[in-house]
Amino acid sequence: MSNNGKAELTGALYIDGDHAAAEGAIAAGCNFVAGYPITPSTEIVERIAARFPGTGGTFIQMEDEIASSIAIQGAVWGGAKAMTVSSGPGISLMMEHIGLAAMTEVPCVFVNVQRGGPSTGLPTLPAQADMMQARWGSHGDYEIIALCPNSPQECFDLIIQAFNLSEQYRVPVMFMMDESIGHMTERVVIPPYRDIPIVPRKFTVRPPGQYRPYEPEDDTLVPALTKAGQGHNVHITGLTHDERGYPVMSAVAQDKLIRRLVGKIRNNVHKITDVRADGLEDADVVVLSYGITSRIAMRAVRMARERGLKVGCLRLVVVWPFPEQVIRELAERVSVMIMPEINMGQMVLEVERCAAGRCRVVSVPHAGGTVHDPKTIFHAIMEAAG
Amino acid sequence: MTTTSGGLQNPVEQYLRMDRIPHIWCPGCGIGTTVNCFARALDDSGLNLQNLAIVSGIGCTGRVAGYLDFDSFHTTHGRALPFATGLKLANPELKVVVYSGDGDLIAIGGNHFIHAARRNLDVTVICVNNFNYAMTGGQVAPTTPQNAVGTTAPLGVVERPFNLPFLADSCGAVYVARWTAFHVRQLSKSMAEALRKDGFSFIEVIAPCPTLYERRNRLGTSLERMEWYRDNSVIKNGADTRECDIVFQDKIVCGKFVDRERENLIEATRAKQEAARNR
Ligand SMILES: Cc1ncc(C[n+]2csc(CCOP(=O)(O)OP(=O)(O)O)c2C)c(N)n1
Ligand code: SF4
Ligand SMILES: [Mg+2]
Repeated sequence: MSNNGKAELTGALYIDGDHAAAEGAIAAGCNFVAGYPITPSTEIVERIAARFPGTGGTFIQMEDEIASSIAIQGAVWGGAKAMTVSSGPGISLMMEHIGLAAMTEVPCVFVNVQRGGPSTGLPTLPAQADMMQARWGSHGDYEIIALCPNSPQECFDLIIQAFNLSEQYRVPVMFMMDESIGHMTERVVIPPYRDIPIVPRKFTVRPPGQYRPYEPEDDTLVPALTKAGQGHNVHITGLTHDERGYPVMSAVAQDKLIRRLVGKIRNNVHKITDVRADGLEDADVVVLSYGITSRIAMRAVRMARERGLKVGCLRLVVVWPFPEQVIRELAERVSVMIMPEINMGQMVLEVERCAAGRCRVVSVPHAGGTVHDPKTIFHAIMEAAG
Repeated sequence: MTTTSGGLQNPVEQYLRMDRIPHIWCPGCGIGTTVNCFARALDDSGLNLQNLAIVSGIGCTGRVAGYLDFDSFHTTHGRALPFATGLKLANPELKVVVYSGDGDLIAIGGNHFIHAARRNLDVTVICVNNFNYAMTGGQVAPTTPQNAVGTTAPLGVVERPFNLPFLADSCGAVYVARWTAFHVRQLSKSMAEALRKDGFSFIEVIAPCPTLYERRNRLGTSLERMEWYRDNSVIKNGADTRECDIVFQDKIVCGKFVDRERENLIEATRAKQEAARNR
């Protein structure tokens, strides 16, 4: 690709979601990317490799995704803003290191351009079947943040948000694209970088000797960071640790640490939640969706509204943490929630859990390879409206 | 900071997290000896130690990072080198040392090892080879000599082990040495040399694991093992690394085998970018 040698690209571009995600990462200040090629995510690392020499960033193609997913964490301790990029098979290889990032509280972004699975599946075709993996894929208890863009523009905008959230909460953030978004070309407007809100890394102000890497320095549950070479002589381990970062093998230390790791997200779900509602005011039926499927859902809803049905849309932009409160309240006032997703019914399990019988929940599954036919969703709406 | 009983501070204590002592290693374990040598090497290295970072994987040796009072990272099993790759590339001012076990670096981490050496990542790798997976109870490793036993090869190992100096050499390491835990002065000197190299430097340290490997193979106490190392190692500086295979209870070739110059990853990247700018 050509960028005319400019570090900062502003204005309107016609690019696909993969390229837009790369530009968003650069605009967010990302200056370290480690990756390994895999369809349909490769264009992201290719654009990064082409752009970083001009922006001062470092790209390295590692020997595999296991290496990529920990190289970015080394880079964060070196002071960088970092991400890695992959798809199903590669993301599966990264799981141990998503847990490491959660445990050691390393802000970083994992981009998953989802394709059909399991295994090698459908390399060039879309799916949304890694949604539960994004939440639960690594072993142990932890919380994570995951975002789902539904357009190239959102690949740009929301990956900036992903970096911001990762810095604010010191968590790995999963950026859950899919093949159709990744390869869809649309107009993407890039604002001047100075107009883009960036959450800066919270570095400790404590001098060497007084800094404790896992002791929050304010009333959030999020400790301040440092980087290597500052004289703080930190010890960082994936073992259960105390505020100094020292390993402590006890149920008491485990309880304290895990409650904080989980709490820093759970206590802030209301701040992290991002849902977009359309036509919910008088709706009796609501179609819930995320990512590419939200665009198909919108078509189906319009078809139903043309027939006079009171149907609304709710799109989850942040899918994890799950917006429990929003769904609970909605379940009180609608009679049916319909959830199309390009998997055999994953996020709908969360919807059912939160609806808890207060309304009907209908899954519209799809095994992947393409997006839903809007008519399938339309028929589900018609059936539900009875 | 604590001091030894006579009131004289042990010179290596300044480099240790004394608030974490006693350590977890068994009496007679060779890992502590290597750490002693490393601390002394730091004195001789002339490095700015504020920029020193230690990265370990998982294992008994992997615990080294936790005892050294520097920026230290105890990562995941086998992945110290890719972590170190990110750390070094993000801040080239850092001196990054990877300190880990044979299983960690060469079995599960073997792929990262060959690639880091190939890239000539500027990192010093210290591999404590105790011929087994000690942390998990004495299973065999790709370094266990043929015919030695371990819990997962009770009849003796049939596979041929890696010759680590040859592996590192053939992948392009700029500094390759092997010592045993008996050779404390040579090891310490070698560590200081390796730390001063601007590329992938590798030191294999053969060290006893009296609790598991030596006991199961009836090789005696740690002290007896030191005597054995003394009597059975042959120092051959500059030896052809192809001739450094380890054979069960046979002579161990020690020495500095490789010391050469090669443009490292960061230098090569900068040169390429410079050339592109001037085009
Ligand atoms: C992914 C993964 N697999 C297995 C283990 C279990 N494990 C911990 S240490 C270790 C082997 C360590 O051997 P080595 O690197 O030689 O270190 P030593 O204990 O001998 O010093 C293994 C297999 C682990 N922690 N993580
Ligand atoms: S088990 Fe072996 S390697 Fe581990 S601490 Fe004990 S002696 Fe050392
Ligand atoms: Mg070992």
